[in-house]
Amino acid sequence: MLQITNLSNTVADKPILKGLSLTIQPGEIHAIMGPNGAGKSTLAYTLGGRPGYEVTGGTVTFQSNSVRPELVEGLSFSGDKREEKDGASTGSARTDVGAIDLLALDPHERAAAGLFLGFQYPVEIPGVSNLQFLRESLNSQRKARGEAPLSGGEFIKLAKEKAALLGMDMDMLKRPVNVGFSGGEKKRNEMVQMGILDPKLAILDETDSGLDIDALRIVGAGINAIMRKPDKAVLLITHYQRLLDYVKPDFVHVLAGGRIVKSGGPELALELEREGYAEVVAA
Amino acid sequence: MTEVKDAAARDAAKKLETYEWGFSSDIEQDFAPKGLSEETVRFISAKKNEPQWMLDWRLKAFALWQTMESPDWAKLDIAPIDYQDAYYYAAPKPRKELASLDEVDPEILRVYEKLGIPIAEQEVLAGVAGSRKVAVDAVFDSVSVATTFRKELEEAGVIFRSISEAVREFPDLVRKYLGKVVPMHDNYFATLNCAVFSDGTFVYIPEGVRCPMELSTYFRINAENTGQFERTLIVADKGSYVSYLEGCTAPMRDENQLHAAVVELVALDDAEIKYSTVQNWYPGDADGKGGIYNFVTKRALCQGRNSKVSWTQVETGSAITWKYPSCVLSGENSVGEFYSVAVTNNRQQADTGTKMIHLGKGSRSTIVSKGISAGRSNNTYRGLVRVAANAEGVRNFTQCDSLLLGSECGAHTVPYIEVKNPSATIEHEATTSKISDDQLFYAMQRGLGQEEAVALIVNGFAKEVLQQLPMEFAVEAQKLLGISLEGSVG
Ligand SMILES: Nc1ncnc2c1ncn2[C@@H]1O[C@H](COP(=O)(O)OP(=O)(O)OP(=O)(O)O)[C@@H](O)[C@H]1O
Ligand SMILES: [Mg+2]
Repeated sequence: MLQITNLSNTVADKPILKGLSLTIQPGEIHAIMGPNGAGKSTLAYTLGGRPGYEVTGGTVTFQSNSVRPELVEGLSFSGDKREEKDGASTGSARTDVGAIDLLALDPHERAAAGLFLGFQYPVEIPGVSNLQFLRESLNSQRKARGEAPLSGGEFIKLAKEKAALLGMDMDMLKRPVNVGFSGGEKKRNEMVQMGILDPKLAILDETDSGLDIDALRIVGAGINAIMRKPDKAVLLITHYQRLLDYVKPDFVHVLAGGRIVKSGGPELALELEREGYAEVVAA
Repeated sequence: MTEVKDAAARDAAKKLETYEWGFSSDIEQDFAPKGLSEETVRFISAKKNEPQWMLDWRLKAFALWQTMESPDWAKLDIAPIDYQDAYYYAAPKPRKELASLDEVDPEILRVYEKLGIPIAEQEVLAGVAGSRKVAVDAVFDSVSVATTFRKELEEAGVIFRSISEAVREFPDLVRKYLGKVVPMHDNYFATLNCAVFSDGTFVYIPEGVRCPMELSTYFRINAENTGQFERTLIVADKGSYVSYLEGCTAPMRDENQLHAAVVELVALDDAEIKYSTVQNWYPGDADGKGGIYNFVTKRALCQGRNSKVSWTQVETGSAITWKYPSCVLSGENSVGEFYSVAVTNNRQQADTGTKMIHLGKGSRSTIVSKGISAGRSNNTYRGLVRVAANAEGVRNFTQCDSLLLGSECGAHTVPYIEVKNPSATIEHEATTSKISDDQLFYAMQRGLGQEEAVALIVNGFAKEVLQQLPMEFAVEAQKLLGISLEGSVG
């Protein structure tokens, strides 16, 4: 689903990622841990296409199976990896297109291709209600994919369902995006957004931080309900085991000095929590 | 179409110029010759079959105007206007009816579509045969072409007329109020308007009547080089209510055009007038060439006790906007409101704001101004709150917010406060902010294209004002903000 090969970048001329490689298959949940300032958020932003996060080397291919290439400007293929999956279509409007060169797309095209970032620090947009924001976002994505827009009624139904899944009051969704939300509410709101936008790949940057004990459980269950599917994948960025108790990872990686320095199974997270990064990073 | 009309105008003008007896004796002609003189004023008045008092009034204004000097406003960089190089009256043949929208300039259709104007309304705007279904008093090329829904309004006792008709049909009413709110000598452009106003709208709501529909006027400037001097007069008698919408669309222009309208509102005891404007005249190209000069004088007199006037404006067009919809709050406990969004992009210049003149006891005013600047534009809020010595218990709240897109544009806030009564409560808040990269990336990560993201954030910024607009207008205005800022980021 996602193949990152030797990815390097700079932020404000400062090298941060230094040849990072990581492969995520459909149906998998990966966790990334690592010391503060290691480059975890930088990885998320770079994959999202944030301006200022200059890619200086490497490739990222993304198998989204959800985009009609002729509808996305600037879409390019890594031709040799392109596979035709005959009969894989389930009758939806989505067409198999093989692997997309993710780095060639604008941020909104990456979103339409099925990439979602859960922000470490969700952003406030005064005067714009969550519902309006999400409806416009979703319909823009749908348009880019050649799908019909959702009507107001259809959208509200969807929003209610996802808000309920995350235990969020609909009144919160009528308020301006993240304005006046508590830290935990913002994180929960990110997950409601993920539910509504229904991405293929979610990169969740410290979604657990700021959540209270009950919220952590609800958000964990929400992530499983939305993303634990054979054709989806999740990259969880976290500092603690607590979220991983609810969302069981298939792989755990340690990011340090701009690279993945160690990978393992779920037990690696427990080991890190016991012993810290010193040994891994020094190795 | 414009070119054809313009050629016709030039032909007509040429004929008139060479006509032995001068044009004043020949009112069959549809165009006054180029230039401005007493003869031009007489020509316009004669064309409109005006009574002597109206002509005298115009001539007095013209004589006064000749003694005045064009104002020099610090923040506006105005190329000198050659008043002799313009036509002051153009009455084209009734607008050609089109069989369908297919005959409309595709560029105009594109704008309609982006604005999300419903097909039925597009047909009205474009003049498709048999399409007129809303209460639109359409002012095209200075002449009211049609007034509809007149019957329903008449049954309610509402007068909704072109001002020329009103001068003939309701001379007493018009005479009583014309020039009462904006006196003839008020300012250079208002005086000019008094002399040469070509057409406009008159509304009278009788005592106790709630106007049964929103009244709207679509202004559109069509004939090239035709100065536009609209005149609007709205009188709300005791205990009445009216909501008036003024909206504009304009085709592409290549020469500067002067627009100097005058709008006067009068609210008597317990009456309320809501006046909403969406202004989208051609702002000129990216270098500011060819845009419209918009020098409008809009003023309301809240004469009665508990009277109320609200101005709501969305200003996105024109090369230069110079406009201060104001309220003279002379009635006890009268209320004035001003809600404004002004967008400037490229080389546009806007100097806009309001004046709240508190003369009545307990009068209150609210000012909410949202300025959005992009490109190399300049956006100035200029506001005056004045409290007279004997006006007890006055309250004013002013909030001025500026949003900047890019680093080459300017936003300026110039508040004047003159308080002569110590019991007044005056509050002023001002903020300046930028669209942050965080906000843009966040919105784009959710799937919005860059321009959609900018439009969304800007609409959020302007929401307090937009929600004052009547529903149909609000939707159109939101889209307009996005369109006006196209290409401003990135
Ligand atoms: N605009 C910038 N200018 C300079 N340095 C930057 C900038 N943005 C990020 N950095 C640096 O890049 C490095 C990686 O930051 P990043 O936010 O990716 O870390 P992180 O692994 O997410 O840390 P944390 O666990 O604290 O969230 C840090 O040293 C940070 O200071
Ligand atoms: Mg981080």
